[in-house]
Amino acid sequence: MLKKTKVPAFYEHKNGLPHAERMLQGPFALIECYQRIPCDPCQYACPREAIKTFQDINDLPEIDYDRCNGCGRCLSKCPGLAIVIIDSTFSLQEGLVKIPFEFLPLPVAGDVVEALNREGRVVCRARVLKVENAQWQDRTPVIWLTVPKEHVLDVRNLRLIQGDERDGGRYNCLPL
Amino acid sequence: MRCKRERVIFLQQTEIAVVGGGPAGLAAALEAVKMGCQVTLIDRHAFLGGQLVKQTHKFFGSSKQYAGIRGIDIAKRLAGDLDSGPGKVSLELNTTVLGYYDDGVLLVEKDERVSPLFPERIIVATGAMEKMLLFRNNDLPGVYGAGAVQTLMNLYGVVPGCRVLMIGAGNIGLIVSYQLLQAGVEVAAIVEGDTRIGGYLVHAAKVQRSGIPIYTSHTILEATGENCVEGAVICQVDEKWQPLAGTEREIAVDVICLAVGLTPLTELLRQAGCEMYYVPELGGYVPLRDENMQTTLPHIFVAGDAAGVEEASIAMVEGKIAGISAAGSLRSCTKIDGLLEACRQELHELRAGDTGDKSRRGLEKLRKTMEKRKYAEKDESTGLLRA
Ligand SMILES: Cc1cc2nc3c(=O)[nH]c(=O)nc-3n(C[C@H](O)[C@H](O)[C@H](O)COP(=O)(O)OP(=O)(O)OC[C@H]3O[C@@H](n4cnc5c(N)ncnc54)[C@H](O)[C@@H]3O)c2cc1C
Ligand code: SF4
Ligand code: SF4
Repeated sequence: MLKKTKVPAFYEHKNGLPHAERMLQGPFALIECYQRIPCDPCQYACPREAIKTFQDINDLPEIDYDRCNGCGRCLSKCPGLAIVIIDSTFSLQEGLVKIPFEFLPLPVAGDVVEALNREGRVVCRARVLKVENAQWQDRTPVIWLTVPKEHVLDVRNLRLIQGDERDGGRYNCLPL
Repeated sequence: MRCKRERVIFLQQTEIAVVGGGPAGLAAALEAVKMGCQVTLIDRHAFLGGQLVKQTHKFFGSSKQYAGIRGIDIAKRLAGDLDSGPGKVSLELNTTVLGYYDDGVLLVEKDERVSPLFPERIIVATGAMEKMLLFRNNDLPGVYGAGAVQTLMNLYGVVPGCRVLMIGAGNIGLIVSYQLLQAGVEVAAIVEGDTRIGGYLVHAAKVQRSGIPIYTSHTILEATGENCVEGAVICQVDEKWQPLAGTEREIAVDVICLAVGLTPLTELLRQAGCEMYYVPELGGYVPLRDENMQTTLPHIFVAGDAAGVEEASIAMVEGKIAGISAAGSLRSCTKIDGLLEACRQELHELRAGDTGDKSRRGLEKLRKTMEKRKYAEKDESTGLLRA
């Protein structure tokens, strides 16, 4: 099957990742927005001026990782839901990934869920540490997931484990 | 048309009539009122906002035009701006503009009553309508336009079905697929005839990480089913969008959702006699207009998707321009040139990206045609021979 869809290994992009040293120094934002589109809320959202000022509204967001502290303000403003917060320093084995998640039912802290990658495939199981749903986040809840460290760069979505009664039949329609 | 004998219909007058209360019309009305004009804003729906009232997602675009805020909330804010604005706009909701007469009168219908309105200037911001796609059984119940699906789900809380095949991977196809997922509806796949995804990759990424496949270089051949949609046959296409034999396969779905583009809603402009020009990049026939959004009829202006299908950010800036220009032709104001120039600069920036390429090409065609036209006019007035 010819399937020319673009799910690039986004973090391979030159501006995608901070250098290895910075990754070990605490949380940072990873912005997966690599197409010149007329869009700029992320830049205005950052209280620390860590996203370089756009010369032109089509500029790609570029982060100054010395300024970014992973606060997540940009994540909640981005209409592309293209931003995640990554903290590889969470524990010895686990990293923390904060993802925007606009689906019901929401998981609750303590749940174990399936962690999905950019193509929606299961990469591992993740534990839900916290569910943020504050007013300033404007109905884009942010789910804090702890995952094995090697997966922090791959996890972009989650799915409640099948059979979970709160799943509400979301995944059981006609078979193909 | 019903006409009760005892009712005398008066000719209502206004300085500026804005037809359409979407982002373009709202922005136009606000600017015109700011400049001290008497404005009548007419929309056929019961609420203001146009397309925005169905858009539950956060908008991309310029922060100056409310990007990062959900469409539904932008509609409220724009309407609020009008309320708290400097002057009063007379709002005519549930009111449809039916037609235009040569003497400059608009025929307006409300509650099955028709009345004439005589504006000195008209700003047409009627938006766009969806295109249809030709395939076998496309009239089976279960074949929807993306706009209908959005109206059902996001206005009335009704899901269109259980499992959807989306046709078109432009922004609308991608966003409506995402909204279907949010409503708990399964999306079997997104099919796109082009070799690449037309919408923004950030929107594509949102559905892809839910496991929705996007089949580019594919099209739909037919809807299957007896009395309603039970499936769809899709196949691969070559670069000329011709089906490749032997690649057909059937997908079981109960809804086929078409998101194959929009075309400007320009009946009023046509009827008024504005010169139209076919620009596929802008969605079809669009009125010729200059950079002040003035059509070839000096008292008629146009803005938003009706002037060429683009985006809400652009619709708002165009609305602003149309509002300022229309008001400027009635009231003198020294700041006009500066204001217009700032808006034009903003438009230029909004269209400068990779994805603005199509609009840029379309607008260039318009500009050239407009220039030729002006040249011809000049010739006439100077009495010189035309080139
Ligand atoms: C699914 C989807 C997602 C989108 N997402 C974005 C986004 O994230 N960012 C972005 O910038 N843009 C987005 N857009 C595009 C944006 O919604 C439109 O470009 C914008 O709404 C156009 O504004 P408008 O005012 O020209 O027209 P509309 O919003 O269509 O408003 C036109 C109004 O005119 C009224 N009308 C028409 N004819 C008459 C008549 N004869 N009499 C009375 N009233 C009439 C209609 O009822 C309507 O209310 C999206 C569009 C869709 C469909
Ligand atoms: S996470 Fe916070 S500091 Fe970092 S770029 Fe986003 S808004 Fe700025
Ligand atoms: S707000 Fe999101 S989609 Fe828009 S430019 Fe920033 S990262 Fe890209």
